[in-house]
Amino acid sequence: MKNLTKWLSKNLIRIYAFFAFTYLFIPVLYTFVFSFNDSRKTNLIWKGFTLDKWKNPCGAPDICSALGNSFVIGFTATAISTVLGTLIAFALGRYRFKGRSATNLLIFLPMATPEIVLGASLLTMFVNLGINTSILTAIIAHVMFCISFVVVTVKARVASLDPRLEQAAMDLYANEWQTFRRVTLPLVAPGIAAAALLAFSLSFDDFIITNFTAGTVNTFPRFVYVSAGRGIPAQANVIGSAMFFLALFIVVAAQIVSSRRKAKI
Amino acid sequence: MAVDASTSARGDLILKNLTKSYGDFSAVDDLSLVVPKGSFFALLGPSGCGKTTTLRMVAGLEEPTSGSIFVGETDITDMKPYRRPVNTVFQNYALFPHLTIFENIAFGLRRRGITEAEVKTAVDKVLNLIELPQLATRKPNQLSGGQQQRIAVARAIVNRPALLLLDEPLGALDLKLRRQMQIELKWIQTEIGITFVHVTHDQEEAMTMADTIAVMNKGKIEQMGTPEELYDSPKTAFVANFLGQSNLIPGEVSGSDGDNLIVDLFGTKVAVPKARSSARGNSALVGVRPEKFRIAAEGKSTHGNVLTGGVVSDVSYIGVSTQYQVEMPWGKEVMVFEQNDDEEEMLRKGAKVVLSWEPIFTFALDGSENVSAGSH
Repeated sequence: MKNLTKWLSKNLIRIYAFFAFTYLFIPVLYTFVFSFNDSRKTNLIWKGFTLDKWKNPCGAPDICSALGNSFVIGFTATAISTVLGTLIAFALGRYRFKGRSATNLLIFLPMATPEIVLGASLLTMFVNLGINTSILTAIIAHVMFCISFVVVTVKARVASLDPRLEQAAMDLYANEWQTFRRVTLPLVAPGIAAAALLAFSLSFDDFIITNFTAGTVNTFPRFVYVSAGRGIPAQANVIGSAMFFLALFIVVAAQIVSSRRKAKI
Repeated sequence: MAVDASTSARGDLILKNLTKSYGDFSAVDDLSLVVPKGSFFALLGPSGCGKTTTLRMVAGLEEPTSGSIFVGETDITDMKPYRRPVNTVFQNYALFPHLTIFENIAFGLRRRGITEAEVKTAVDKVLNLIELPQLATRKPNQLSGGQQQRIAVARAIVNRPALLLLDEPLGALDLKLRRQMQIELKWIQTEIGITFVHVTHDQEEAMTMADTIAVMNKGKIEQMGTPEELYDSPKTAFVANFLGQSNLIPGEVSGSDGDNLIVDLFGTKVAVPKARSSARGNSALVGVRPEKFRIAAEGKSTHGNVLTGGVVSDVSYIGVSTQYQVEMPWGKEVMVFEQNDDEEEMLRKGAKVVLSWEPIFTFALDGSENVSAGSH
């Protein structure tokens, strides 16, 4: 009995961790396994192992054009929202101006508003303004909801930046632009990179707002949603798994780089 | 193009009526000051006295409310920090964490369009001067505090500024390292001959390093002079108490005898050199440093100025000296440091004693001074 208690107190955290991770990763594992399913129309029942879907991910009709649209929207929205969001983050983190605290609060609003409400009101707005919904309106909508996340992420980094470093640069003959280019930007860069990754994953993943604002443009989430009615092709699992491993690779690579840097120290 | 520090007019640093106000509060109040070229100058004062604000105005990191700043003939008051022939060693060093030590030191040189070969020569030379050539490829967070401190100095002096500003540069170091760096900084200053303006709240540090010290209090300069002048002839109670310790005893000027003033201290007449008195009226504060007193058991022979009737109220033996607190007949205590270098036995608590000292070791302040101003 005593031994059991001892064993439990030592290993309970491991058991808990095992179940927690299982719970988190079973859907991912399921997606991955079924990307090898030799299915025809629907991908609900296991019909045998095949590499065909991995060899031909664009095999299902429209899937790759939808994926392409998702990438276009994702990259454009990420670029615009990262630049604008970084500028806002610097303004909020560095300067005291009238309306600063109001801006700080308003930046959080899009994050707190239900997506379905945002999507519906964006559509109403575009219709009232006589703008046809297209890939352009989808990008505008994505930039809008990504900006908040960029601002919050970059602002944290700007806040942790010692202003004396910039003063030291100025003291060492660097003008305003050189100070930004040589000192501020390199030090804030990790925050900006994290913000851009976050913005891309939010944009790539978005279904609700896109569904309201993209008109007839098909995106990957939209493709999956629409095909759910008549059966999702296994190619969707292939693309989903590939995206997952790409993200995993980026995270692991970043960890290795930073731990190597630390190991040098 | 930035002012080329190596060719710009080199000269004294001159502050004229410099003021920095935040609302009603004046951090620096109508400060005028000349720092001679090539000197090691210390701005000494407690925190909040305006010394760092003064330094930041010279560096261009703070805008004066009024007044002007000159380096030689050049008015730098409204110049951008990167155009001034001035470099700063920051309190926390402010080394760029993303650059190597070499690039940190080369930063200022590169901004001024100096050729790669000259940059390399200059950086190597300064790394050798501070005896850390092996650190060139490291990053700042791989260095110890003392090494970072020296790199911060190197990064500034490599630019050969007309003026080097040091903002509490040794504040983050432990005592032993601080002593070592004091000597090293002094040596570097002598070696390269650049004017150093050093801001510190540590009176011992200021006295060890500086040729001239300006003691600041509440945005104004209390007194300026060599460490000896400030210690031997303080002009205000603040300076007397902030630099070392002082016994300040109130008295009345009762006459004069040759070069000495005669001051009556609760009925005992003592002599004070006129040259070391800043008493304006009849009331004066007579000052004696604790180590200038001689202490002896009552009845022993004495000479010079003598105060009788003291009773030892506390004794602390601290090795090189013994510190006595002596309660005087007028109810106040005085501090006496006695070197442990004679055969005389240590005086016990409660012993009746007589204090004496040479008149030349006495200074006098004006009677209106606050006795406890600047006490630690």
